[in-house]
This record gives sequence, C-alpha cells and structure tokens, in this order.
Amino acid sequence: MSGSTAVKIDARPCRQSCQAFSVEHIRKDFPILNTLVRGKPLVYLDNAATTQKPQAVIDAINHYYTAQNANVHRGVHHLSQVATCLYDDARQKIAAFLNATVECEIIFTRGTTESINLVAQSYGRQTIHEGDEIIISGMEHHSNIVPWQILCQQTGAKLRVIPFDDDGNLIMDEFDRMLNPRTKMVAVVHVSNALGTVNPIQEITAKAHAVGARVLVDGAQSTPHTAIDLKALDCDFFACSGHKMYGPTGIGILYGRAELLDAMPPYQSGGDMILSVTFDKTIYGRLPSKFEAGTPHIEGAIALGAAVDYLNAAGMETIHRHEQDLLQYATDAVETVPGLHIMGRAREKAGVLAFTMDAAHPHDVGQILDEEGVAVRAGHHCAQPVMQRFGVPATTRASFGMYNNRNDVDALVAALHKVNKVFA
Amino acid sequence: MADTRALYEQVILDHNKNPRNFHALEPCDCKVEGLNPLCGDHFTVYVRLEGGRISDIAFTGAGCAISKSSASVMTNVLKGKTIAEARMLFTKFHQMITANPDAPVDEAALGKLRVFSGVREFPVRIKCATLAWHAMASALDGHNNAISTE
Repeated sequence: MSGSTAVKIDARPCRQSCQAFSVEHIRKDFPILNTLVRGKPLVYLDNAATTQKPQAVIDAINHYYTAQNANVHRGVHHLSQVATCLYDDARQKIAAFLNATVECEIIFTRGTTESINLVAQSYGRQTIHEGDEIIISGMEHHSNIVPWQILCQQTGAKLRVIPFDDDGNLIMDEFDRMLNPRTKMVAVVHVSNALGTVNPIQEITAKAHAVGARVLVDGAQSTPHTAIDLKALDCDFFACSGHKMYGPTGIGILYGRAELLDAMPPYQSGGDMILSVTFDKTIYGRLPSKFEAGTPHIEGAIALGAAVDYLNAAGMETIHRHEQDLLQYATDAVETVPGLHIMGRAREKAGVLAFTMDAAHPHDVGQILDEEGVAVRAGHHCAQPVMQRFGVPATTRASFGMYNNRNDVDALVAALHKVNKVFA
Repeated sequence: MADTRALYEQVILDHNKNPRNFHALEPCDCKVEGLNPLCGDHFTVYVRLEGGRISDIAFTGAGCAISKSSASVMTNVLKGKTIAEARMLFTKFHQMITANPDAPVDEAALGKLRVFSGVREFPVRIKCATLAWHAMASALDGHNNAISTE
C-alpha cells in the first residue's frame, strides 16, 4: 500500500517503511481513537505519558474475568491452573520480547518506578556503602533520581550526575571522568521522556562494567519504540512499564541478572514469596517468586503478554521505522511555526517532540491544542532538572505512538498556528 | 466544554502581554511565593500596608496566561483596598470561578475581576487563576513561607 488510502498524501516520497506498515490498519485496532473531542477527532499525542490499548489487550482483560479468573500458584482446581498457566506464559512472552537469558529474570512489579525502588532498596542497601558513588544522568525522570537520593541518604553514598549538551546528548567525556573504582551503580534512562534522546547504553554498560559498577537502565520510554535486546545491552537491571507499551496500568517489569537477583534480599515479604515459614525461620522462595510477595496483578500480566503479542505481530523494527519517519516529518513541520523552539535535538531520538513557544506558556498551548482535539502534555514531565538545564519552567510535549499518522501531525501544526493567532 | 475564547478574554490576553505592577517591591511589609508544582508556575506577591490598607502591591515570577493575568488584575484591583476588603474580594473571586457555569456573576462586587468568569468552564485552570490570590492572602495572614496549590 502506498501511504494507504485514508492517509493524507504529502509531497514527500513514502519510504519503504510506511509501505510495509499500514498505520490505518493499526488504528482500527484502537477503539479509543474513534473518540470525538468537542466534535473533533481525537489526535492523541501524549504517548510518553501513557499509550492507548488495542482491542486485543482490552479483550484479554475482559476474557480473563469472564472465563479464567482464579488465584495463581496455589490451587489444584481447574481455573487456578488456567490462571497460573496464563500468568507464567505472560512472563515467558516478556522474557522473549526483551531477550532475557532466563524467564526467572523477569519480575512483575507495579511499574518502572517500583522496579527502580526495588533495586535501590534491595540491591543498593546490601551492596552500596559510605563513600561509594552512584552515577545518574541529568536527563532522568524523577523516578530514577529520588530512589538513589534516598539510598545516598541511607548509606552515605554520593550521587553524581552526567551532564548533557545543548542538543540533549550526554557528555560522555564527563562520564568517563566520573567513573572510578568507588562507582557502584550507574542508573541511566534509555530514552529521555523530556527530550527524546536515545542514550548509548551499550557504551555506558561497557565502561561501567570496566570499573566494576552495575548498570540499571530505565526503559520506560524505549520499550514501546524499539526492539530491546537485553543480551546486547548487557545491563544488569532493566525497568519498564506495561502502560507505556500498549498494556494496562499497574503492571511493570524488572529484569535483573539471575545471579544478582539470587543474592539480593526480598523487597517486600509475605505470601507467595516463601518456600517455608516457621516462627523460627523462613526460607525465601526462588526467583522470581522471591520478589513477588502477595497476590500479583494477574490480569495485568496476562494483558501485558497480549500487548507483547500485538507488538510482535506488528514488528518492533517496523514500528521503529514508522515512528522515526513520523518524528522527522513532525520535526520538519513544527519548525514552520513562527516562534517555536524545539528542545532536544540529540543525534538519536525516539518518539518525543518537546518545544516552547514565544507567544504562549506551555499550559496555554496545551489548552488551545485541546480545543482542537489534540492531546499533548504541558509541564515539567517529571524531569525538573532538564527544565532547569534549559532555563524554562515547562515545555509542551508531543509524543508519538505506533498508531499516529501524518494527519495527526498536520492537526498539531494547524493548532500551533492557532496558538500564535490567539496570543498574537 | 466551552470555547477557549470564553477563557482567553481580551483583557486577560492584554494583562498577560503587559502585566501591571510586575516588579519586586522592597522593602515591603509582607511577601509570599506561590507555587503550582504541577505546572511550575511561581509568583511572589509583595504587599505594603499603611493604616490597615494595601498602599502598594506588586508581583514577580512566571506562569501561564491565566495565572499571570490574574496576578496582574489582582494587584490593580487591590491597591488602596483595606485588608478586610481584599479578603472579601478573594472570597467573591473564588466563589465566582468555582461556581456552576450557569450561575449569575456578581458583577457589581467583582468589577474587573469578572473577566475570569470563563475559568468556571475549565476547572483545571482554577489553580492558575487563584495562585497569586492565595499568595496574597497568605501574606496578609503574616506568613512568609512559600505556599503551594497542591
């Protein structure tokens, strides 16, 4: 299909990627995209905050409660076995999707935030001591800053921050200078939610490992946009969230190297995470149960498995190419809007277009865009240090998902021109 | 939801572009910084008092069109008012912007402040419109600590 019939055809030649990928077909799988906002079709460009869900994910949740619900890992009855099987299958799908070595390295959590807190409090408190150093980057989401600040307060370790340049690229020379034998943990974001920067994880990991440090990667924003290969990234921990990858809220993933997870103490304790309990002694369960105390978010895990199936069917490479094409189209298009300044021009970017406008504050931009049915985010995006670095209180952020098309970008640009008109 | 034209009245757009009393006022009798941590808006309101009246009032800071114009119009309206009148106006202003969109506006009491009645149609913007007012009220209460909308 060339551009597909429903897509507005523009003068730019359609590359191979969009010929192979029918965004119009994908859009039909997302019922919420039929929403009208004050009579105008919804243009959903807030995917970095959360993605919409395909019918397959919605159906998985519905079907679970209609026909499969029981508690996992304890029943001999039919439904309990069905639910257990589905829950374990979901873990297997996710392990394969991320290319983990073994399934037990995949821990279900509530999301990226909980995954990072788990590592900071379980691995961190056990292995990081006074005088040790933890390195993060200047473009972290608050969820990859605050858990390490708390760990530093608890242990007396020191937090160091890799700066980034005006385009939003990490300054790797500074990182090189920071690394030393006291460095115990390097926690970096794979794709910045505020700038879209894709960070060189393999290089960071190799350098960190060379001084004996461990590496945690915040993959919340990368997982929906690009194929994740944990073996190639070679990081020690990787965290991501289901709801940012077309799955439900309240479910997320922590990947950890099996030998590290094995040696770590439990994060939470209770049922499901033990082998045996007496009042004298408790023996913790094996991986992954040791880190999944209590009844888990069963339908969340199963529906996340359905989301992974959906992403696999579309193909992560294809999704990546489509979104890169759209990001380029959008970048070129918004630059035609007078007084608009893009924030974040890193060499490699994914899915995020953040900007400020001379005419209006981001909050007002968001308000005018909303009137046109265009959903974007205005604010500091839980990355206040990034705002401080650029000396702005906030930005407007359009972020793309697999179902966005050039019509969406055209609607965004038309609405941005309206902002200039209102605030002329 | 209403058209944003109901929100962005001409007077509001004018005060956003050319805010009045937009400067620091030192020395002053009281000043308080108001923060909206969700959107990053922050304004400091400075008040000089003379015989129970607001003899001068000014503000500094940054924020959206609604918060900035609201601070600007507020300073214009409150200059010369007694402390009791200022508090009463805040109450009236707050009632107006949180009221049902169909409720009548007490134009006599609110005067120029009525241009913000469109905020009623956009509840997420109430915090923007009241940020400087909360800071002003806190300053009159004798506080010097920053206040927050959250």
